Amino acid sequence: MESADSPQSPAPAAQAATGEKKALDIHDHTDVGAYETIGSPFVKNPKMSARNVNVYYGDKQAIHDVSLDIGRNEVIAMIGPSGCGKSTFLRTLNRMNDIIPICRVQGDFSLDGDNIYGADQDTVLLRARVGMVFQKPNPFPKSIYENVAYGPRIHGLAHNKTEMDEIVENSLRRASLFSEVKDQLDKPGTGLSGGQQQRLCIARAIAVSPEVILMDEPCSALDPIATARIEELIDELKENYTIAIVTHSMQQAARVSERTAYFHLGKLIEVGATKQVFTMPKHELTENYITGRFG
Amino acid sequence: MNNTSKPDTFKHSEAIKASLKKRYARERRFQWYGRLAVLTGFVFLFILLFDIVSKGYPAFTQQFIKVSINLDLDQLDLPPNATQEQLFSANYLGVIKASLREMFPDVSGRKDKQQLYRLLSVGAEYNLRDRVIENPKLLGHTTDIWLRAHSESGSYLKGQVDAAMPESDRRVKDLQIGWLEELKAEGRTESRFNVAFFTNGDSREPEMAGIRVALYGSFFTLLVTFAIAFPIGVFSAVYLEEFAPRNRLTDLIEININNLAAVPSIVFGLLGLAVFINFFDLPRSAPLVGGIVLSLMTLPTIIITSRAAIQSVSPSIREAALGVGASKLQTVFHHVLPVAMPGILTGSIIGMAQALGESAPLLMIGMVAFIMDVPGGVTDPATVLPVQVYLWADSPERGFTEKTSAAIMVLMGFLIVMNALAVYLRKRFELK
Repeated sequence: MESADSPQSPAPAAQAATGEKKALDIHDHTDVGAYETIGSPFVKNPKMSARNVNVYYGDKQAIHDVSLDIGRNEVIAMIGPSGCGKSTFLRTLNRMNDIIPICRVQGDFSLDGDNIYGADQDTVLLRARVGMVFQKPNPFPKSIYENVAYGPRIHGLAHNKTEMDEIVENSLRRASLFSEVKDQLDKPGTGLSGGQQQRLCIARAIAVSPEVILMDEPCSALDPIATARIEELIDELKENYTIAIVTHSMQQAARVSERTAYFHLGKLIEVGATKQVFTMPKHELTENYITGRFG
Repeated sequence: MNNTSKPDTFKHSEAIKASLKKRYARERRFQWYGRLAVLTGFVFLFILLFDIVSKGYPAFTQQFIKVSINLDLDQLDLPPNATQEQLFSANYLGVIKASLREMFPDVSGRKDKQQLYRLLSVGAEYNLRDRVIENPKLLGHTTDIWLRAHSESGSYLKGQVDAAMPESDRRVKDLQIGWLEELKAEGRTESRFNVAFFTNGDSREPEMAGIRVALYGSFFTLLVTFAIAFPIGVFSAVYLEEFAPRNRLTDLIEININNLAAVPSIVFGLLGLAVFINFFDLPRSAPLVGGIVLSLMTLPTIIITSRAAIQSVSPSIREAALGVGASKLQTVFHHVLPVAMPGILTGSIIGMAQALGESAPLLMIGMVAFIMDVPGGVTDPATVLPVQVYLWADSPERGFTEKTSAAIMVLMGFLIVMNALAVYLRKRFELK
């Protein structure tokens, strides 16, 4: 454990000296030196893998040399203080960063061995395989039915109305929303409550039967009860899907995930089994974060 | 610590309290300024509307005079069993004049007779002709027929002429006033809704002049403008906003579009004259050319407002669509455009309203002509409402003053209909 610490850049070592010094370092973006991720970023036969990822917004580097695997049918949580690059990393996995003109992504990504950023990789197909749920519930300003049916329709997954109805009902059921909205499928999705909207977005994401679902702080705009519903849902979904979730809430990460990755200032500091990361963090930045000394 | 902080907070709240009054007073003052500004606007709007409506509403009525007409075949130069053609070119004017002389037998002298004839519109003979062709049985009998009054006698009957004025200062002479009073007493005058104002083209005679050519011209012109400017404008905006790479060239294009919006409209008229009429040989005075010129003028407005509307669509909707695997084009057409549509429509309507009120560029391409025949399509010569207003405002006859205001009212009515349509469309898009 001690030996793992030593190759770190000098900054964390200096932090140990005083609390004040540490507080300064948290905001120190100038340190971009080499470092090593502690723990086990790699798994056998991963669903998705990312190697040596660097992401730049213009001149500013948002992610420094991050390598991480996402295992099959696991829930991996990414935590870390604001601006640590966890959302940016998540969005590289289905190339959502492509729509930001100044964003540049380097590194090797693969989904079941297919190169995600390869020249022959179609983003439409990729995003159908790797679905996404966003921080703010963002249903389309259309009916509930249309919200769920949109993905299957553009991909031609249903051949007739009956099949489409089935897909919509199944998706809403799996998002545990069907019983609440079954009588108002033609009502606008934007008229639902925040928690219902987010579950509608999850239903929309699973309607196209993705293999991986990326969730970018899916509960940050929700109250505790709605959050609990979503967390239950994640538990059920992990039977069939691989889920990567970014969250601000450490309790949430602890509750839903099997592995946890701690990001700090664009670096992946520590990865490990959730239980281990929360009970016995190996890196002091991780420890400081999960014990609430900053973040 | 407690000792020093307590009086401090006390002092602070005192200071805040003291400043509160001032702050609220400032707020109240500002509200009053706002109310005053709105009120001033309303007063001016009301004065404007009142002026236009009070001047223009008499144009919607037309005075008629009942004349006993002896449709004598000899007088009409007609043989018995006349053909349709002969009926068309018979001497109706002579009959009318003779009938008027019969009604006022004591009028003598050429000048007085001229004045007598001037009671009726020049168009009265066409009234009579149409009546006779419609019902040839009237021939050979004496019938009471309502004929269109001259605009001057009409304005007297509408009470617009001050009889106390010296005779030389008014167009309606004492003799005519006497006759008109006599006719009025006998119940031979009548005020009717002026249908001709909506069915006739332009005329030299105020009582015969109508708005129809201008109304159709405006309609056809705007149709062409919309058909060209809306699709080009919206698709340019979509391309520039969603697909075009951000580089020097697109920056240059953007600057030029913004500059184009500030180009004086008459320049577009010159362009239309030089390019569309002289080079492409398109017909002069036609709504087609007018519409093309106005669409050039409207394009920047539509592009700029459409881009703003597309920009204001929340990125989360784009992300949502891309996230389920929609292609860029699907994202734009299924999600971004429908949400942006109300804004785009508002911008387009502003552009179209500008085009509707534009006269300068149309003067350059000859849409200022005196046109009596209603255009049947976009290539027929026509004029438009604002140009018609300009033409009538320029005419010396008193009867055209009220026509001018009436034409403005029609123009505003057209605008209201257009805006209502836009509001309706916007509501429909917002509901979806």
